[in-house]
Formats: sequence, structure tokens, C-alpha cells
Amino acid sequence: MPTLTYRDALNQALREEMERDPDVFLMGEEVGVYQGAYKVSRGLLEQFGELRVVDTPIAENGFAGIGVGAAMVGLRPVIEFMTWNFALLAIDQVVNSAAKMLYMSGGQFPIPVVFRGPGGAALQLGAQHSQAFESWYAHVPGLKVVAPATPYDAKGLLKSSIRDNNPVVFLEGEMLYNSKGEVPEDEYVIPLGEADVKREGADVTIVCHSKTVAVSLKAAERLEAELDISAEVVDLRTIRPLDVAAVVGSVHKTNRCVVVEEGWPFAGVGAQVVDHVQREAFDYLDAPVQRVTGADVPMPYNKHLERLAKPNPDSVIAAVKKATYLDGD
Amino acid sequence: MAHPHSETHLDPARAGFYRDLLRQMLLVRHFEEKAGEAYAQGKVGGFCHLYIGQEAVATGALAAVREDDYVFAGYREHAHILLRGTSPGAVMAELFGRADGCSRGKGGSMHMFDAERNFLGGHGIVGAQLPLAAGAAFAIKYRATDQIAICFFGEAAVNIGAFHETLNMAALWELPVVFVVENNRYGMGTALERAAAVWDVYRRACSYDMAEEIVDGMDVLAVHDTTVRAVERARDEQAPTLIEARTYRYMGHSMADPIHGHYRTKEELEEQKKKDPIRRLERRLAAEGLMGEDDIKEMDRDVLAEVEEAAQFADESPDPGPEALYTDVYAD
Repeated sequence: MPTLTYRDALNQALREEMERDPDVFLMGEEVGVYQGAYKVSRGLLEQFGELRVVDTPIAENGFAGIGVGAAMVGLRPVIEFMTWNFALLAIDQVVNSAAKMLYMSGGQFPIPVVFRGPGGAALQLGAQHSQAFESWYAHVPGLKVVAPATPYDAKGLLKSSIRDNNPVVFLEGEMLYNSKGEVPEDEYVIPLGEADVKREGADVTIVCHSKTVAVSLKAAERLEAELDISAEVVDLRTIRPLDVAAVVGSVHKTNRCVVVEEGWPFAGVGAQVVDHVQREAFDYLDAPVQRVTGADVPMPYNKHLERLAKPNPDSVIAAVKKATYLDGD
Repeated sequence: MAHPHSETHLDPARAGFYRDLLRQMLLVRHFEEKAGEAYAQGKVGGFCHLYIGQEAVATGALAAVREDDYVFAGYREHAHILLRGTSPGAVMAELFGRADGCSRGKGGSMHMFDAERNFLGGHGIVGAQLPLAAGAAFAIKYRATDQIAICFFGEAAVNIGAFHETLNMAALWELPVVFVVENNRYGMGTALERAAAVWDVYRRACSYDMAEEIVDGMDVLAVHDTTVRAVERARDEQAPTLIEARTYRYMGHSMADPIHGHYRTKEELEEQKKKDPIRRLERRLAAEGLMGEDDIKEMDRDVLAEVEEAAQFADESPDPGPEALYTDVYAD
């Protein structure tokens, strides 16, 4: 099976869906001539022309709304935000227009749009360029929220998102673009709303998504080697709809759960997962569910402080120790 | 604002067209009066922004577009959907929140939609409909059809970012879209002069090298002619236009707001009412012998009866069932 970067897997997904459906187009800052700020759209302008690969001015609210309007009349826009940090300027169109149009029109206007771009912290970009928005968008009925961790998932999930008849917020990991993984040559899609067990285990369930999948897998390896703890790593892949059955099923088996995310703790994705676990797996739990999150602060610039602010294998291992009463407290 | 129609003779060959415009304006006027009455009776909830006084703008402009063109408006949009031909019963039922409403009772006064008639809302956030309309215009260009999009909004929307972002992209990309500013002089209770550095709204177009039009929004024929030019520009030359129609609303910003008071005087309101767009067209039609007084009265009675029927239809329409709460959140 060929090995691809996360970036090229996304590029393949875009290319294949644009070849498959002439209603699909890509719009955003630097997607065309510049080949994409992160090179996800490399070569697409040359293949599809400027009507289907549209460079925009820096006007997030404007071009997000243009995407929604085009979707109202049946096109399938893929709107790229250079990063999700800038999409705050467009959140009115994402939340008030895209998410609600079907409902407030009594079912008349589905909005088949994908909003995509990199999110989460990169390296030393400071507070305004380093944040995870999964929980913000997952809060909103009408939106689907996807955050893939691997090249294989990124491709299959982006293809499904483009074919979906609802607005999809597709959050790519800014630090994942260079990560590599196997991607089959044959066509495949991954349905939205299905979690994936990235590592099987028996003693504790680690729920994670996007960049924290790699963090959790590293933690799981060390847990095995250092403490003989067998961790099951469940990658949510889609935040909304949330695959509650997969999480609860795993906790039924392991009786312990740690939820990891890069976002802030308050009302985070993990809080939602914990809510389901305490209610639907209460009798199976041998310990309180633990959460690992980004620190509850704006992201600092200093690299030592920044490292402290992000989930890492050490913080995941510490949480697993708590959940297995090995923390000595 | 000189205009060929203004004080010259009407064309007798177009008498039917003038009659249609009059009837449409009467429908909007009486519909809104009924909506106001129903609001006072508690049949209409929430915010309800009436169009009384501004009838000439939507009526004249929408008479210039085709059925397959896309129409967007803000939250003062009862008139616009009625003028697209959605039945007054379905519009009134939406105000009443009923199952037979044009948005099945889930939208309300501010979120009217009719996909079949290419009426695309009904948008409650000031200025949000501008990028949406540009998006529909982008789709027209993408598919290379000869449709256009037309977008209505109030003068207060020209101060929001979405206006500028959209006008820039519409001009840059040569999108077939017509922007109609309904300048009723007040953004809620704030006069244009207190909110904008530039008081001639149409002049904003020059920032984007876009065609501009200024028209007397109390003159339905002038609005129509102006919009015809803008629509041709969009359809034939793929060039957008910014039209400023100067108009006036007789009611408060919404039914919850005072009609006059701190922000405008009763005298000003009474002075404006002398320019009433409906009376103005009636006078001209009568003066030129195209409609007699009895003829006009009969039309008025017909329209009143139609509006009563709409209110009755709305009254009799059921509330949506509880199962409607969770439908239409996601499409299949």
C-alpha cells in the first residue's frame, strides 16, 4: 500500500471528488496560484481551472457566506480557511446561516458545504494562532464536525464530508500535514460518525482525536512497557455525530477511561464524552473518568511554557495512573 | 432623481402592468396591516418588522426579475416573499407559526423561505444575506446560466463588514447580482446621519468600481425602471449594481418599538406619509384615466378580502406537531 502524507491524502480526496462531481469547487485564501498555504490544494488550479479553484481576498465572513449561498442553490463548495483561527470572523455564516438554514426553512434548503482548514496548536505561533475549535462547532445542531488523525482517515473522511448534504466543519491538524501513513490506491470512503480503535487494549480506554491520537498511542506504548498496562486507544474521528456506542463499548471492556483533547477543558469535547460514559457505563466504571486537555490559558509563545500547555504522553500517562489508582495518592 | 416616469405621461399600453403594481402594493400594505393587528392580538410572536411605507421598493424591483432569478432579503421580508407569488395564506401562517407556513412554522417573521419560487430568505443577522446572494450569483456564473441574484437590505447594513467584503468580491469576480439598499433612514432608532460617515449610500459603490443607482423609493415606476437597468447589467454584462432606493417606514423598527419618539418626530412621519407610494400611483392612474376611482376601490376591496382569507387560513392551520421539533436539523 502506498505511503502518503496527511497533506497529500487530503489533496487526493479533493482531486477525486472534484473529478467525480462537477458541482464541487474549492474556494479560499491562497488555494490556487499559491498552491495552498499548506499545499493541500497543490496542482488543483492547473487541473480544474480558476472557476473551480478560487482564490479569495482576505474576507472570511464574505467567502464563507458565498459558499453557503452557492450551496443553497445546489453546488458543493469546499471552503478553505487558511486556519480555523481566522474562521472566527466567519462564524456568523457557519453558525447562523449554514447550520440553521435547513431547519429555519422548514427543510427546504440543505447546505452541502465543507468548511476545512488546519486547527490546533502548531509550534510557537502564540495565542491567536494556536487553538482547537472542535467543541465550539460541535455545540451547534446542524453542523457535523470531523477531525481526522491519520492520512487514511483524512482522505476517507474528507470524501464523505464532501458528499454529505450537511455543513461539515473539517478540522485538520496543523502539525499533522507532514505525518505519513498508508493510503490504499483503490477508492474508499469512511462514514461520518464512526470512531476507530487505533490500538486494542484491556485495562483502560483512552478516547482521543486528531493530534492527540499520536500522543495517546505513544502513551499507550510506554504504559505497556513501563507499567504493563494495556490501553485501548479510541479515535473519535468525528466529533459530531459522536460515536457514543464505540466509546461506551470500549469502557464496558476496560472499566476505566481517560479522555484526551487539545482544546480547553471548560465544556470541551471530553466533557461531552464523560457525560455519556458516566451515564451509559456507570456500573462498569472502576474509577472516575479522567480528562487531559490543553491548559486553561491562552497559548503562550515561550516553547517551554507551550509544551506545558499541550497534552503530551506524560500527561496522558499521569491520567491513566489516576484512573488505575497507580498514582500513589 | 429625475426620472422619465416622474412627471411625464404613463403609457396606456402598459395599463395592465401599472394595475398589477398597484394591486401588489395594496396586497403588501393590507397584509402588513393585518399582521400588525394579529401581532396585537398575540397571534404573531417574537419580532415582527412591517414594511408599510416601503412598498414601492420591493414591488418595483421584483417586477423587474424573472421567476428563475434568486431573491434574498433581510428580516423585513414579508413583502418580498408575497411578491414572489407565495400565497398570502402560507406567509400569514408562518407568522402565526403554523404547520402550513412557508417555513412550516419553524422560521417565523424573519425566516420566510420558498424554494419553489426561488425566494431564499428571510435572514435575521444584518447584512448576512449579502454574501449568500453573491454565492448564488457565483453559482450562476459557475453554471453559465443567464439568471441573476437580487439582494435587499436596509441602509444600516452598509456599515457592516459583510457588505464591503461582498461588494468587493461581487465586483472583482463580475457576479450577476443586484444589491438593493432600502434606505428608510433609520437603523432601528439610529438615523443614517448618526451612523454613517457618507450619507449618500449609493456612493459606497465607487469604492468597488461598481455601477450605482439612486432612485426615489416612494415611486414604484422609478424603482422598476432603475432595477430593469441593473438587472440587464447583471444578466447581459455580468456586472453588479448597487441601487439606493430612498424610502420610509411608517411603523416602528419592529412591532415592539415605538412608531416615533426619541429618534424621529410625529411631524416628520406625517410629512413623509404625504409621499405615500400607493396613493401616488393611484393618483397618477386616475389622473391619466387608466383607472377610475371605483375601479381602485374595487381592487382595494378584493385585496382586503384576500388578506382576510389568508388570516383565516392561518388561523385554521394547525400548529406543527411535537415530532417537528427534531426534523430538518440534518438532511439525509
